[in-house]
Amino acid sequence: MQLSGAEIIMECLLRESVDVMFGYPGGAILPTYDAMTLYNDRIHHVLVRHEQGASHMADGYARATGDVGVCIATSGPGATNLVTGLATAMMDSSPIVAITGQVPIPAIGSDAFQETDVTGVTLPVTKHNYLVTDVNELAYIMKEAFHIARTGRPGPVLVDVPKDVQIAKTEFIYPEGDIVLPGYSPPSTASQHQIDGALQLISEAERPVILAGHGIMMSGATQELQELAERAQIPVALTLLGKGSMPENHPMVIGMMGMHGEASSNLAIQEADLLIALGMRFDDRVTGNLKTYAQNARKIHIDIDPSEIHKNVRADVGIAGDLKIVLNQLLPKLARKSHPQWMNRIRDWLEDSSERDILNYETPGRLLTAQVINDLWSLTGGDAITVTDVGQHQMLEAQYYPHQRPSTLITSGGLGTMGFGFPAAIGAKFGKPDEEVWAIVGDGGFQMTMCEMATAVQENSNVNIAIINNNFLGMVRQWQELFYEKRYQATPMFNPDFCRLADAFSIPNRCVRQREEIEEAVNFARGIDGPTLIEFVVEKEEMVYPMVPAGADLHDMKRRPKPGEAE
Amino acid sequence: MTAQPDNNKVTIVALVENEPGVLNRIASLFRRRAFNIDSLTVGRTHKPHISRMTIRVDAGQEYAKRIATNLQKLVNVIDVRVLDNEPHVERDLALIKVRNDDANSRNTITEICDRYPARIVDIGPKVAIIEMVGTEAIVEQFIEEVRPTGIVEMIRTGMVSMGRGTRIHDTDFTRHDLAQAIAQARAGGNGHKI
Ligand SMILES: Cc1ncc(C[n+]2csc(CCOP(=O)(O)OP(=O)(O)O)c2C)c(N)n1
Ligand SMILES: [Mg+2]
Repeated sequence: MQLSGAEIIMECLLRESVDVMFGYPGGAILPTYDAMTLYNDRIHHVLVRHEQGASHMADGYARATGDVGVCIATSGPGATNLVTGLATAMMDSSPIVAITGQVPIPAIGSDAFQETDVTGVTLPVTKHNYLVTDVNELAYIMKEAFHIARTGRPGPVLVDVPKDVQIAKTEFIYPEGDIVLPGYSPPSTASQHQIDGALQLISEAERPVILAGHGIMMSGATQELQELAERAQIPVALTLLGKGSMPENHPMVIGMMGMHGEASSNLAIQEADLLIALGMRFDDRVTGNLKTYAQNARKIHIDIDPSEIHKNVRADVGIAGDLKIVLNQLLPKLARKSHPQWMNRIRDWLEDSSERDILNYETPGRLLTAQVINDLWSLTGGDAITVTDVGQHQMLEAQYYPHQRPSTLITSGGLGTMGFGFPAAIGAKFGKPDEEVWAIVGDGGFQMTMCEMATAVQENSNVNIAIINNNFLGMVRQWQELFYEKRYQATPMFNPDFCRLADAFSIPNRCVRQREEIEEAVNFARGIDGPTLIEFVVEKEEMVYPMVPAGADLHDMKRRPKPGEAE
Repeated sequence: MTAQPDNNKVTIVALVENEPGVLNRIASLFRRRAFNIDSLTVGRTHKPHISRMTIRVDAGQEYAKRIATNLQKLVNVIDVRVLDNEPHVERDLALIKVRNDDANSRNTITEICDRYPARIVDIGPKVAIIEMVGTEAIVEQFIEEVRPTGIVEMIRTGMVSMGRGTRIHDTDFTRHDLAQAIAQARAGGNGHKI
């Protein structure tokens, strides 16, 4: 059948089982928007209020489901507004496909109205991108785009489609069968030699630690991780994006690692004689000073991206492979082991941490973010999907909301994108309509994408917004307090009255100033089918502890003094 | 990377799709990962849809391997090899325009060219163009010899290289078959397999 390029795009989306896309129309993408009218019953289009929101929604959808999220925008400004979302998805290996309109082929290069070199602009922030110059190539480019986005180390792929290609007609022939790209073959298995090497190091280790990253969930290797930890009795430290890869109440889990990680994890890493790094990339926020990082540890590093092996940390056994496959190669030969002394040492650190836990302090009359997150955790049964923004509230979420299931914490780790949380929560809710979804955002970051309140209302998206309002760009303020003698340049914020703002969008809302009010407000929000907003007015000048200052040694943590100790 | 002695030069050979934008992707990768490249050449192969790159790096094997794993991640890069110590033929070509306006310099140039695989390819009353082909080291040595006569213009292609013997570096890659398959299916009206 003869179809237009626009219709081919829609047909291809159907064949990729896409049922929702997030976007914003404009001149160069109008043919595709017109074609959508024929597909509205099968593919729901969510009209965002800013294309950045569309990119984060597609990302949130992808992270919640593991499927590809789709966003669509017009040429020029529409496409450039997607860039932050693409970069965010790139850093956190999130599979999204972005479709952008482009000026007609004859106009390309002429500085036509709303022309931007979008494949040029997005080249460094996409896994791959395409400029479609022939409608006959469109179907297989679409298929390739989805294939590349979701396989190997996932990532964003952009398809730029000139307006005349959307209009041109051709016989629609969908490429059946598997895509084979000779220049693209993600690794899968480990060699016998590598497996033996890894087993050898594990059997020799007395103080091993597993570093569990995002890759575990993306590979679907959570069971295998747990088996490895249990069988060889190896404690598990989590990266921020690795939270959910093993239930956090599991006795082998010793907490998040890194800049605001648990002291138990950071100290264990520094004293370890073996690190087993799984689906993580030794980002500077988890290693601190590389020169002093895990000096006495040998390292096994397993990741699907070969370029990650030896990038920041030299591996003694480096395996480029799919974690689920590689762990299944390794597990049958793994001997049972235990390290009671090592575990006792770690337990001591955990005990010390709980003595420093702010929740165990007397803090009369003050509402602390940690309390809000803790109560939200207990009131939601610890089972909600939480989507955070970036800042102090993000780190406190990570510390005070233990996650039991994979893909229930969605957060911008690698890029640290403020403005991500709320739209990503809307996207996550589309992906997991039956789950409870909370956007936990700061007063600063929320204001970057709060226009999406209109989207949430238009879609009756059942997302609960928890604004942690400290009237500050809190995380930056913390750095100013610690490293710039409290010169609070550009961090105190004038804020709108968030509740009256919510009123203007017809979003039911509550303002919470006392800990006693939390329960009523949270239950109120949970009881409403549709978006809700709670403003938590918290302490202005809280600190997130522990903290490894940027570039410092991982064991060199600033800790909260114990009660009675001088600050 | 710390400074490395000269024997740290490593050659990477990559087969890439001959498509618009591929060179841009590679240049962009080098720039954003701050990879330091000595020289890079691109040229056609016996297959119209495949180009071949030779990349010289002056920072040792490990660095070259990092570049190679990153290059391999690009979808349009089909195959990458780091030429370790395997024997290979390498060639650099230089066009050198030298002053030629007195008998003395004319004699010197002819004399130097006789001792190298070099040819005078253009000659006039004032300047001559010399074509010199050889390994990087020999080309460099040659340039130093002619330099005193007065080089006024020069271009070097950068090094290209090829493994010796039967170790063939080639690919069966035929992405354009995909388009062909679609075209055929279109003509025949049937679905097709990719
Ligand atoms: C788009 C963007 N701009 C700037 C920053 C730098 N930054 C990191 S955290 C932060 C403060 C966030 O403030 P807020 O949203 O109120 O959260 P809080 O730290 O107070 O919980 C800033 C400005 C960033 N991460 N992202
Ligand atoms: Mg704030």
